[in-house]
Amino acid sequence: MEHECKCSLKIEHLTVWRDKTEILHDVSFEAHHAEITALIGRNGAGKTTLLRSILGRIPYSGTIEFFDSEGVLVERPRIGYVPQNTILDRTIPVTVGEFLSCGCSSAPVWLVHRKKAITHAREILKKTGGEKLIDRPLSSLSGGELQRVLLAFALDPMPQLLLLDEPVSAVDRRGIESFYEVVTSLREEYHMPILLVSHDLGHVRRYATDVVLLDQTVVLCGKCEEVMDSPEIAETFGLS
Amino acid sequence: MEFLDSILRAILPFEWANYEFMRSALLAVLLVTPLFGLIGTSVVNNKMSFFSDALGHSALTGIAIGVLLGIDHYMISMIGFALLFALLISGVLQHGNSSADTVIGVFSSIGLALGIVILSARGGFAKYSSYLIGDILTVQSEEILMLFVLLCAVVILWILFYNKFLLVTINPDMASGKNVRVNLIRHLFSIVVALTVMVSIKWVGILIINSLLVLPAAAARNLAKSARGSHFWAMGISLFSGISGLILSYYLGTVASGTIVLIAAAIFFLTFIWSLRKAGR
Repeated sequence: MEHECKCSLKIEHLTVWRDKTEILHDVSFEAHHAEITALIGRNGAGKTTLLRSILGRIPYSGTIEFFDSEGVLVERPRIGYVPQNTILDRTIPVTVGEFLSCGCSSAPVWLVHRKKAITHAREILKKTGGEKLIDRPLSSLSGGELQRVLLAFALDPMPQLLLLDEPVSAVDRRGIESFYEVVTSLREEYHMPILLVSHDLGHVRRYATDVVLLDQTVVLCGKCEEVMDSPEIAETFGLS
Repeated sequence: MEFLDSILRAILPFEWANYEFMRSALLAVLLVTPLFGLIGTSVVNNKMSFFSDALGHSALTGIAIGVLLGIDHYMISMIGFALLFALLISGVLQHGNSSADTVIGVFSSIGLALGIVILSARGGFAKYSSYLIGDILTVQSEEILMLFVLLCAVVILWILFYNKFLLVTINPDMASGKNVRVNLIRHLFSIVVALTVMVSIKWVGILIINSLLVLPAAAARNLAKSARGSHFWAMGISLFSGISGLILSYYLGTVASGTIVLIAAAIFFLTFIWSLRKAGR
């Protein structure tokens, strides 16, 4: 379907302040196409803040640049973002089909349900294994089901950059494995850069290609095995 | 407008429909209630019912400013002040450390108290007390036209922007990834709520306008689990409460807005009980 993506993300000297406190200081790293770059660090290290900076949701100094497959700077790239499902407002009356249609169609879902948009939504859900969820209200989904829907939402239109913020919190073991299988297949099929925030070092070892250890600034970054076997990781996470 | 009035007179063989003020009030209800159902759904989804209540309270200060400036049409000063008020609340919420309910509560109190003080200082508060409970029976034909224009404008905005509104409501960060301008959408929504509250407050009343925004939408949530269903029910319940409340108030000799709100409240509790029974099954 889509062409192979060779996009990349370049972050330089990123600093974020909130209420006179420096949350991120002079963060610089790059994430390339076909890489799953894991952002790891203790609680409060600034991982989610970094993702929200990339999304343009908070003010920052420094530069966040995105380049397309031709190496041309893109001002506003298409970003697929999968948040922690625990921070999503699930009390709103909306079905999975309506939610996905909102992202891909301009036909107002409060008034009409275009057959074309619903068919399209069903096709995207197929990619994440959630095609049976189309008519279900968001409020009735389990953690694993919601994660499939959120990933489907992030994938349409096909993003140039995928951000996953602890995407498998509140998901059972089987759901976690199937979620990462989908993410890995996306990486292989579409080759977009993927940034993954995770607290689970086992998942990081298994699925990430690169790792950035964050503690307000970049402590260490490099290939997964190099970083994960470093003394800095042992020290940060109290590993013997 | 006269043409519409003659149609209503011809098709409604009821005693109350013999009076022009009742026919005008019915027309206003037919326009205002679907509008409230439509906007109320998003107010409830965005957990902004306290915000719209504060906007209603600010109307009194808007009137007071109009009186001080010698403006004949208070609507202008009310709308102007409500927009300023909405921006001030947003500004303090974004830059302060207090929680949303505290900030809105503070502004709500100021909006009400400042209006009461300025109007009473000029010795004529009683003249404006009708704004507190509203009187839909005084609605004029040009005001009905204004409501019609507002309803059309809101429907067009909802057709163009509702999907983006909903995404921002569900998760602003996800919406931002889709290049939705989150702050712009939020400001647009605040402006629409402010305009709707101010334009209709004269007939609905400062004290109960928020109930009419929130109750039909809250009742709809008990019945529907989809966006389309919740809008359909909210607009339907709002319309039904409006028409039946207006007619009932004629026979009971009560204030129309209060009667409408009580019917909407009764529907809310019925739907609440229904949803509890359904969940228990």
